[in-house]
Amino acid sequence: MSLKAFHILFIVISSILCAGFGAWAVNEYLHFGDAATLAWGLGSFIFVALLLVYGRWFLKKLSGLNGW
Amino acid sequence: MSTAVLPYTVEPHPITRLYSGKLGIWLFLASEVMLFGALFSSYVLLRVGAPVAGPAAWPAHAETGLSWKIGGFNTLVLIISSVTMVMAWAALKTHNIGRAKAYLATTVFLALVFIVVKLTLEYIPKIQAGHTPSHNNFFALYFTLTGLHALHIIGGIIVITYFIGPGSALWKTDPEYFTNRVECTGLYWHFVDLVWIFLFPVLYLT
Repeated sequence: MSLKAFHILFIVISSILCAGFGAWAVNEYLHFGDAATLAWGLGSFIFVALLLVYGRWFLKKLSGLNGW
Repeated sequence: MSTAVLPYTVEPHPITRLYSGKLGIWLFLASEVMLFGALFSSYVLLRVGAPVAGPAAWPAHAETGLSWKIGGFNTLVLIISSVTMVMAWAALKTHNIGRAKAYLATTVFLALVFIVVKLTLEYIPKIQAGHTPSHNNFFALYFTLTGLHALHIIGGIIVITYFIGPGSALWKTDPEYFTNRVECTGLYWHFVDLVWIFLFPVLYLT
């Protein structure tokens, strides 16, 4: 597996982690009502969206490079 | 006297279809999976086997004093460092050594941020509070897992710094070989970051 393929896998796993973390933070907010925790959760969901956009850009940008 | 030349440093081996460095780094990473896998297994077994109550009980999350905000920040730092690492390799693929060095330097900077945060906001306050590895099983595993991970980060910093400095001389004589070396370093770096992706929820959120 090349660095390019491993990076895509890494982005996918990171996205899953961030989505899970976001869900955990929202759940914590619903139980304890800490607004900062909700902010972290929402920020995490935004980061997931950024990672997915980046992953798509990365695939497109580096499609011409060999070493897959 | 004949000069020995390493085979398949650039072109792939006809059987493995990998150049030697990539085969080597994947074998090394396979051994790393076993090392961290054994430690993760220890964590699961000790946690599941801990008594429900009493002095040997597994500590509640609040008792550990671990801040998920600090852990989350460090997770963000490592994810971004993987992006800069792969961008350094991509810059080399497009023959832009200056940009590659800038990305490598950014990766080193982010790795240093991770280590400094870990030391100053986690390790030192924990040790000062008496939460040393001998305190209980949780802290024994916490320091073993995160300490081993931090050692890997420091190892990565040394290797990447070498490629920014003296190691980059190879670029002038054999740019493809140098690019392959950076790719192998990138594979290692991604693995180390991936370990943290698993460590963070296990230690900070549960």
